[in-house]
Amino acid sequence: MSTDTTPGVPSPLDEAALDAVVADALAAVAAAGSLDELKAARIAHTGDKSPLALANRQIGGLEPADKGRAGKLLGPRRGSVAQAIAARQVELEAERDERVLVEESVDVTLPTDRRRAGARHPLELVQEQVADLFVAMGWEIAEGPEVEAEWFNFDALNFGPDHPARQMQDTFFVEGVGQELANLVLRTHTSPVQARTLLERDLPVYIACPGKVFRTDELDATHTPVFHQVEGLAVDKGLTMANLKGTLDHFARAMFGPEARTRLRPSFFPFTEPSAEMDLWFPQKKGGAGWIEWGGCGMVNANVLRAAGIDPEVYSGFAFGMGIERTLMLRHGIADMHDMVEGDVRFSTQFGMGI
Amino acid sequence: MPNIVLDWLGEHVELPAGLTAEQLAADLVRVGLEEEQVHGAAVTGPLVVGRVLEQVPEPQKNGKTINWCQVDVGEHNDPDASGAPTVARGIVCGAHNFGVGDLVVVALPGTVLPGPFAIAARKTYGHVSDGMICSTTELGLGEESDGIVVLGRDLLADRTDLEPGQDAVALLGLGEEVLEINVTPDRGYCFSYRGVAREFAHSTGARFTDHGLPQVPPPGPTPDGFPVVVQDADPIHGVVGCDRFVTRIVRGIDPAAPSPAWMQRRLTQAGMRPISLTVDVTNYVMLDLGQPLHAYDLAQVAAPIVVRRATSGERLTTLDDVDRALDVQDLLITDSPQDADGARVLGLAGVMGGASSEVGPTTTDVLVEAAHFDPVSVARTARRHKLPSEAAKRFERGVDPRLPGVAAQRVVDLLVELGGGTADDAVSDIDIVPAPATIELPVAEAERLVGVAYGEERVRELLEQIGCTVGDTPGIGRIGVVPPSWRPDLTTTADLVEEVARLDGYDAIPSILPAAPAGRGLTRAQSVRRSVARGLAEAGFVETLSYPFVDPAQHDALRLPADDVRRRALRLVNPLAGDRPEVRTNLLTTLLDTVRRNTGRGNDDVAIFEIGLVTRPVEGAPAAPSLPLGVRPDDEDLARLREAVPPQPRRVAGVVAGRATPGGWWGEGRAADWTDALAGARLVAARVGVDVRVEPDTDHAPWHPGRCARLTTADGALVGHAGELHPKVVETLGLPARTVAFEVDLDVLLAAADPSPLQAHEVSTFPLAKEDLALVVDAGVPAEDVRAAVVEGAGALLEDVRLFDVFTGPQVGEGKKSLAFSLRLRGTDRTLTADDVVAVREAAVAAATARTGAVLRA
Repeated sequence: MSTDTTPGVPSPLDEAALDAVVADALAAVAAAGSLDELKAARIAHTGDKSPLALANRQIGGLEPADKGRAGKLLGPRRGSVAQAIAARQVELEAERDERVLVEESVDVTLPTDRRRAGARHPLELVQEQVADLFVAMGWEIAEGPEVEAEWFNFDALNFGPDHPARQMQDTFFVEGVGQELANLVLRTHTSPVQARTLLERDLPVYIACPGKVFRTDELDATHTPVFHQVEGLAVDKGLTMANLKGTLDHFARAMFGPEARTRLRPSFFPFTEPSAEMDLWFPQKKGGAGWIEWGGCGMVNANVLRAAGIDPEVYSGFAFGMGIERTLMLRHGIADMHDMVEGDVRFSTQFGMGI
Repeated sequence: MPNIVLDWLGEHVELPAGLTAEQLAADLVRVGLEEEQVHGAAVTGPLVVGRVLEQVPEPQKNGKTINWCQVDVGEHNDPDASGAPTVARGIVCGAHNFGVGDLVVVALPGTVLPGPFAIAARKTYGHVSDGMICSTTELGLGEESDGIVVLGRDLLADRTDLEPGQDAVALLGLGEEVLEINVTPDRGYCFSYRGVAREFAHSTGARFTDHGLPQVPPPGPTPDGFPVVVQDADPIHGVVGCDRFVTRIVRGIDPAAPSPAWMQRRLTQAGMRPISLTVDVTNYVMLDLGQPLHAYDLAQVAAPIVVRRATSGERLTTLDDVDRALDVQDLLITDSPQDADGARVLGLAGVMGGASSEVGPTTTDVLVEAAHFDPVSVARTARRHKLPSEAAKRFERGVDPRLPGVAAQRVVDLLVELGGGTADDAVSDIDIVPAPATIELPVAEAERLVGVAYGEERVRELLEQIGCTVGDTPGIGRIGVVPPSWRPDLTTTADLVEEVARLDGYDAIPSILPAAPAGRGLTRAQSVRRSVARGLAEAGFVETLSYPFVDPAQHDALRLPADDVRRRALRLVNPLAGDRPEVRTNLLTTLLDTVRRNTGRGNDDVAIFEIGLVTRPVEGAPAAPSLPLGVRPDDEDLARLREAVPPQPRRVAGVVAGRATPGGWWGEGRAADWTDALAGARLVAARVGVDVRVEPDTDHAPWHPGRCARLTTADGALVGHAGELHPKVVETLGLPARTVAFEVDLDVLLAAADPSPLQAHEVSTFPLAKEDLALVVDAGVPAEDVRAAVVEGAGALLEDVRLFDVFTGPQVGEGKKSLAFSLRLRGTDRTLTADDVVAVREAAVAAATARTGAVLRA
């Protein structure tokens, strides 16, 4: 290094000596391989004790006539050295920064799951999706209690006490106090919400009611005593089965894609007349596209309207209901009911936050 | 549900050649008769007739005696030296109810019997048994079996042309497909070939012959008809229990005459067991026409027959040998021994006969009953006595009241033809069937409800097709429609509309999306619930659902005190699992089951939540009133109904067990602790937009008394609890140590939330001043109290405060702790001065000192 080889203090008027000192300084700057070396070079060649600084200090003692010449000789030379240092500083900082970034590099393939991953239950997600679909059509979402008065669950829906259909339902009954019957059940369908809604809301009514329902079936691959339905109800002037069909077709396409469509088959429910079973054309059906049962529907029975104080000659309505579990199983290829009801986190986690 | 045999159906309606059960199902489903199942060929392979040539009994060491038989199976015999099939097959048989010379059914190796049960030659009892001699059970011909079927004795008794080697599959009708259909409760007439054939005709246009309306009507009543009296002193809902009662008498039936093979086959295919000629004939006509029938041993019945309600204390032993206590609502068929009118009970009308008057093996003279009973009366009796008999199934769904005479005539004809009996001319026929009401149908009603412009002509045509009588237009735009006698379900205009739409075809209805009026979107409660669920899931909780059924012993495991309100649960009359008869009063009880299921499956770190309803019955709440249907209850009754339904608040519960954050290359995971539970509960409250107060609760199961927080609203309403579970609860339930949980009430939070729009504070851009404060308090003082005092004392200039350190040790003194807060101060209208900051600091300390005894740490 040349810093220790300063050849005494050059005269500020000795151009050749000054050039030698400058050349010496520029060489030292150029040779500086690190910011520390550059710092040392800077101190050696521009610091207080450097030849250029000492030469500069001598100017004060010169003859006035020489002062101007010395300043002109020394100023640019000092400037060129400072410039070279600054330029080298930028170069070396850039080099250092680049090296640090390389040194700081990480293995980006390392796992990053430092927090627990939560998830929604797909049955809830499907119900939200269904609700969104109907809300988008201007419908509203209605809800009701799960432990329900028998009147709402059956009578209001035209299931008389001796109606054979009332026996078809495998109903959980609630114990009364002493000899008195409680006349309460775990609702067997979401249809009691229909009855409550018609009694409470002003017409017209367009509502969907997703929710939990109960039947006395033992849990197996295709049955569960607790499951979910979505019920739809529209009561207005001038509604027909064609409107029912239109709504179901729209619903089916939203849930199963543009190729989906529905088919109605005559059936029987006490709370609708005419009644129908709804089949869904399911393109993804295992073993080839085909029809599968999706739910029941029909025009609201006049007795149901009357039970809510509505004149069936002025208003008409349609209602439908389908199983959420079945919808989920069909759409997502779920073969066994157990996975949906047992609460094993591995099941929900597959679905994450969306469906 | 009824089984449909194709060739039998063909006797009522023209069937296209080559019709399969599958095609029949497709045709019937269009008109609303759903396929339950196609029962395939019951038996395949070489099932043949065999003649027993030798039968050698061989006692065995196990005490049994087997028969080593040589059976001639005709062309299926083993070949002799010349290759001719003359060598009988050796078969081992364990039964003894047959002998040499009998014709039996032999399943040769390669036969597949119902089960499926494949037959192969096998070594047994020291012989190679080259097939099997079959019983009715093995052939799928009946559930009970007295042993081996002997042809000509037990089955096919009228056949004289049976030969060894004949194919028994075809003989016994075991190779045909049978379609089982599902009949909805409104279509009782489809519990018969007559009804199904009519529906097939509706679907396909095939020609239908109604055997229920024969060309020659049955004879009317005669003065010498068997005396019958209907005495319904107490009709249910005003409908007399019996409005039609026909009797006929056939004498001199050969009690040994068997029913013909075709009838036995058809009964078997229909799922009924052939019993005797008389019984088989009544069952056969019931299946054919839909009229339940009963045959009495005439010698055992003392005139008159009295149809009446039971009196208290009466009993009857029914045909199934069960002695039953009768209810005063049960409608009975009785007779009158020793001139005591109606003194002896013969049977439950329309449900099941009694044992005493049953047709037996010596019966020669038979009294045939064909009647019509009130569906409600029959349904109640059948349910009360748990007797869902074939007759009851039909009566409760509705039987054609014009059918009894026709059906009785069919029975008489068959008994004369097949049993060699002679029909009496005497006929009794009580007929008080009310004339069917005329339904006034607005012509446009079908279009109004269905959306298809059928027009009056088409409506008439379709209604006439189903058997209605359609009158002339009585008024403008209305037609009078009288439903046929076999359709008691048609009572309203909507019923007729369904018939029109169904026959015209549901496929013809267009698809038109209705335009609903503008809606209001989700309710606040609904969108908040979604936000809560999403928030918890994003915070690492997995959503699960559990059944709301609880065993009271689970409350013990949670250490709930005896008088805890959560023990006051609704009980189910008919729980699925006997050990879980209660409806949950809180979510945690069942959610902890879900945790256990997960840890049991090796998921060591579990964070789950559930949102659901719980039921909190109110003590002394009234029972729900029973109200009529089809009528709007008055406001008072509606209020009673609503009051009887117990409150069902919506709750959110969460549990964290094991590690709260996972470990990895970055270091160890963090074990779950009470803060995770409280953070979950606070997250829920924040999502609802409610500030909750948190205070220690030292006495709330199932939580740890020192690590449980009670959350309340500003008004003091209880929101819920959060914290670490009691170590004993954790131990009892086998949960991971230090499992933490929260449960909060969403409804309480929603009620406390301010629905008005939040009014925003202006964001100040003046410089921030920071100030730290360490306060020493008694160890038992809640940090929240100190924080609240600091906030209050600091006043309006305080932008934020954060507790950043809790310190205990000798430096702060025994029984003391130091709480270090960092305060962020900012003016809204100026830069704060040093004096401002000092003033805030002093005020904060003063407030903390006054409220909590805090001392500024030196």
